[in-house]
Amino acid sequence: MSDNTLFSTGLHRRDFLRLTAGLTALMGLPYAMHTKVAEAATADNRPPVIWLHFQECTGCSESLIRSGHPDPAALILDLISLDYHETLMIGSGHQAEKSLEDSMKANWGKYILVVEGAVPLAEDGIYCKVAGKKAVDSLKDAAEGAAAVICIGTCAAFGGVQAADPNPTQAVSASSLVKDKPVINIPGCPPSPYNLLATILYYLTFNKLPKLDKLGRPEFAYGRRIHEHCERRPHFDAGRFAEQFGDQGHSEGWCLFKLGCKGPVTFANCSVQRFNDVGVWPVSMGHPCIGCTEPDVMFHTSIYDKAQIHEITPPDFYPNANPAPRGKGADPVTTGVIGMVAGAAIAASAIMANKLPKGGDDEEDKA
Amino acid sequence: MAGHHDEYQVHRAKILTPAFYVLLFFTVLGFLLIAYRFVMGIGAVSNLSDGYPWGIWIAYDVATSTAFACGGYAMALVIYIMNRMKYHPLIRSALVTSMFGYMLAGMSVMVDVGRYWNAYSFFIPSRWQPNSVMFEVAVCIMAYNVVLIIEVLPAILERFIHMKNDKFPKIKHYAMIIYPKLDKVLIFIVVLGITLPSMHQSSLGSMLIIAKSKLNPIWHTEMLPLLFIINALYIGYATVIFESFASSMAFRRPFEKEVQQLSKIIPYVTGIWLAVRFIDLYIRGQLSAAFAGDFYSWMFMAEMLLILTGTYILMWNQYRRSPRMVFIAAMFLLIGGGWFRFNVYLIGFKPHGNWSYFPSLPEFFITVGLVAFEILGYMLLVKLFPIMPKVHGEHGAEAAKAH
Repeated sequence: MSDNTLFSTGLHRRDFLRLTAGLTALMGLPYAMHTKVAEAATADNRPPVIWLHFQECTGCSESLIRSGHPDPAALILDLISLDYHETLMIGSGHQAEKSLEDSMKANWGKYILVVEGAVPLAEDGIYCKVAGKKAVDSLKDAAEGAAAVICIGTCAAFGGVQAADPNPTQAVSASSLVKDKPVINIPGCPPSPYNLLATILYYLTFNKLPKLDKLGRPEFAYGRRIHEHCERRPHFDAGRFAEQFGDQGHSEGWCLFKLGCKGPVTFANCSVQRFNDVGVWPVSMGHPCIGCTEPDVMFHTSIYDKAQIHEITPPDFYPNANPAPRGKGADPVTTGVIGMVAGAAIAASAIMANKLPKGGDDEEDKA
Repeated sequence: MAGHHDEYQVHRAKILTPAFYVLLFFTVLGFLLIAYRFVMGIGAVSNLSDGYPWGIWIAYDVATSTAFACGGYAMALVIYIMNRMKYHPLIRSALVTSMFGYMLAGMSVMVDVGRYWNAYSFFIPSRWQPNSVMFEVAVCIMAYNVVLIIEVLPAILERFIHMKNDKFPKIKHYAMIIYPKLDKVLIFIVVLGITLPSMHQSSLGSMLIIAKSKLNPIWHTEMLPLLFIINALYIGYATVIFESFASSMAFRRPFEKEVQQLSKIIPYVTGIWLAVRFIDLYIRGQLSAAFAGDFYSWMFMAEMLLILTGTYILMWNQYRRSPRMVFIAAMFLLIGGGWFRFNVYLIGFKPHGNWSYFPSLPEFFITVGLVAFEILGYMLLVKLFPIMPKVHGEHGAEAAKAH
C-alpha cells in the first residue's frame, strides 16, 4: 500500500486495483468481476454521497476514515463524491447548508444518502436539530431525492444506544422512517468501513442493491455468524473456555463464550474481514463479541450474559477438535526388549563397579 | 608435541574374542535393518510420524551420543587450555571414542533424513541456509568428524613408521613424509577440535528453542545452549572415566590414575550447570511445575537426582580415591546427563495434536547396531594402533604381554 497519511494525494493505480479486487472478493463476486467493479469506481459519474448525522457518536465516520486503503483523502475526493458530511467537509454554517441544498438539487434522484445515527421522535423530535432543522425533517427531505438510503451503524439501522431502555427521546432507527426508498442497513458499532465501500461499489457496478437479509443487511457481509469463522471456534468445540478475564484459559486464547461472547447469535463478517487493516478484532484481543450488529442483542442484553446456543455440535465438515490418537506408541515386545537391554547394561555396569577395588592408593589429588 | 609420542602403546591382544562376535552380530543386524530402511522407507522400520519427526535416532544417536563423544573435547580443554599435560596420555583413547561417537551421529542423520537423495546439496554452498541452527550443527559435526580423524591419524602413521617387518613399504614411506608435517600443524587442528564442539554442542540446545509451544516449560529456556555445552563437558569427563575403567577391566590393564584425579573437576562443572538450571527455573517461575509431581516433574526429578548423586560422590576426597565410587559417579552422570538430553529432545516434547511415540524394535536395533559398531571399532583400533596410554613399570610389561 502507499502511505496511509491523511495528506497523501490520490490513489495509486496498483492500490486502487488491489482495493477493488479485495472488495470484489468481499462481495462474494467472481474474481473476473473486479474489472467491472474497477470500471464502475472510475466512471466519471462518481456517486454523490450526502451523509447526515443524527443521534450518534461519529464512530462510524471515524471507522470509515481509519480505513488504510484507500486512505481518507482518496476515498472522499477520488472514489466517491462526498458532497456533504458535517465532520469532514470544509465549509461551515450557512455555507455548509448551501452545499447540501445545491447538491440535492443538482443530483436529485441520483445521490446516495448515508444516515448515521438514530432519529428522536419524542416531543415532535426536538431533541436533535442541525441548522435549526429537526432530524426527522432533514431525513424526510433528503430521502425524498435519494436513489438509495444506506443506514450506517447500529443507531441508524436499529436505534442503537439511544433506543435502549428507557429511551427518553423515543429514538427510532432511520431505516424505520424511510418507507418509499430502497434501504440498506450496515449495522455495527462501528461497522467495518469495507462493508460500506463494498455496498456502494456493488450499487455502482450493477445499478441494483446487493441481496439483503430480512433485517436489510447485505448478505455478503452479514450472511453468517461470527461463531462460524471464529479463530477460537476449535476451543468451543473442544470445550475449552475462559472462565474469567485473566485466567489460564483466557491467556491461552480459549473460547470466550462463558465471558458473554455473542458470536453464536451475531451475524457479521468481523471474524473474517477484521479491522484497522492489521487483522485485529475484539475476539482476537481477548474480549467477547458484544453482538453490535444485531437489533436485539447489543443495548438490550448485558455484554457479559451468555448467549443462547441452538447448534451446539459443530458441522461434520469441521476438523475434529479432539483428534484421534496418532502415531505408534509402545508395544509390549519392544518395551520388553528395550527393558531387557537397559537392564543388562545396568547389570553389567553394576558387576563392573563391584569388580573395581573399593579403596585406592593414597598418592592422589595433586592436580 | 614430539615429546608425547612415546606415551602410547598398541594393546597387543587377540582380536577375535567372544565379545567381538557378539558386537559383530549386533552390528550386522543393525546394518541389515539400515539397508531395509533405505529400500522400504523410514515408515517400514520406525515409529516416526508427522507429530514426532525425530525419535531415538536423533535423541540418542545425535543429541546424546555426541555428548558421550565429548571426551576428546573435554580432555583437550583440560590438556591444552588449562595446560594439564599430565592428562595427555588419556587423549588418544578419548579421541577415538569421540571419533566413533560422531561417526555414529553422522550415520544416524543419514538414516533419519527422509529424502536422503537430496543430502548432496549439503556440499553445494549455493543451497546453504546459513541462518539455520540445524545447518550449523550439520556443518560443525561434519567438520569435527574430519578434525577427529586427523587427530587420530598420528597414531595410525606411527604404527606404520615403527613397523618391524616391511609388509607395507609404500605406506611406511608416505607415513614418514606426512608424519612430521602433520605434527607441525596438529596444534591448529587441536584448536579447531576445541572450537567446533563448543559451537555445535550449544547449537544442539538452540535447536529446541524454536519449539516453545511444544517443549515442556521445565526444559524450554533460552538458556538451552548454555546448559547443553556445560552438560557436554561433564558428560565428556564422565565418558573418559567410564571408558578408562571399562578398557582397563576389559583389557586387563592397570587403572589409569589420571582419571581419578580428573574426577575432581567434575563437581565444579556440574555445580555451574545445576546453578544455571535452578536459577533459570526460578526466574521463569517454573520451579513449582518442576516439583509438581506429574509425569514431567518426575522426569525432571530423576534427571536431577542422578546428576546430584554423581556430583555428591565426587565432592569427597575419600570417594575419589576409590575406583569403584568414581566409576559409579561417572555412570550416574552419564545417565543423568543423557537423561537431560532425552528430556529436551523427546520426553518433554509434546507435539500439537494427540500424538504418541515409542521406538519400534527395528528402530531400536538400528541404534544398538550403530553403538555396537562404535565399540567394535574402538576395540579394533586400540589393538592395532598405539592409542592406549603406555603402562609403566613391571606391571605394564606384564600387561603388554597379556593374551
